[in-house]
Amino acid sequence: MKKGFLDLDKILDNRIRLSILSILMIEDMVPFKEIKESLGLTDGNLASHIKALEKAEYIKVYKSFIGKKPNTEFKITKIGKKAFTEHLKKLEHLISQHKK
Amino acid sequence: MTDYLQDLATIRGIMEKRTKFISLSGLSGILAGIYALVGAFLAYRVIYYSENTVYEAYINGIWSVEITKLLVIAFSVLTLASVTGLFLSMKKAKRLGQEFWNPSAIRMVTSFLVPLVTGGIFVAILILRGHAGWVPPALLLFYGIALHAAGNYTFSDVKTLGLLQIALGLIAAVYPGYGLVLWAVGFGGLHIIYGAVMYFKYER
Repeated sequence: MKKGFLDLDKILDNRIRLSILSILMIEDMVPFKEIKESLGLTDGNLASHIKALEKAEYIKVYKSFIGKKPNTEFKITKIGKKAFTEHLKKLEHLISQHKK
Repeated sequence: MTDYLQDLATIRGIMEKRTKFISLSGLSGILAGIYALVGAFLAYRVIYYSENTVYEAYINGIWSVEITKLLVIAFSVLTLASVTGLFLSMKKAKRLGQEFWNPSAIRMVTSFLVPLVTGGIFVAILILRGHAGWVPPALLLFYGIALHAAGNYTFSDVKTLGLLQIALGLIAAVYPGYGLVLWAVGFGGLHIIYGAVMYFKYER
């Protein structure tokens, strides 16, 4: 079976975006740099996935300054939490169906 | 299908890496503090009520009974506190329905043990080389560093406790005469306060 059909959430049917949400499910207000390093991504790559998640209102972006350095942090929204939990349920369901 | 399995494995990996060890028991902190205070009291009696002057004998290279007694007290307090901590934390893990040896517990214990064992060996060297005066600050410092490191994987209060122990260790280094008092404050007082805070904050 190939990935990408069925009624899976298109936004979360991507391992990087799913990983970002997994981090935000556990911790609030995680800085850009921390996510980038823990997932081994480039600035541009993470930024594009963040944009997609923000557009879907799954995460909220908080921009501030530490001294003169810009500091961007992320927080998961209620919609994001719901989407994540549902996506997990679907994955588990798919896998259990497949095993039968 | 393997893609989905891998998705789940990735999530699991990330979550385990970021999950904190929450089975640490507050009550065991209080008990460890009490053991330490009893130990400090016994040590005080050994030092100040003994017939020979322990310290003088020691710096002259004579291994007196008192030194052995002090080491036995220190070792008993350490063993008793560790066993209590382990036992009560395992019980708490069971009550919370958590696995005790989860990945975050293992990370917490390793980051705790590396500085602590280093400190233990260093202190043993200090004693053998006749620098017993440096033992109280050294133990407080290494213990504080160990706690601060372990605090990354459990309640952040442990980090604060570590910083306070480090501060006491530095004070003990400046005022060597207050070593035992600062030990009682650090290992006794701070543990009891910390344990009480943890108990009321997270366990009630």
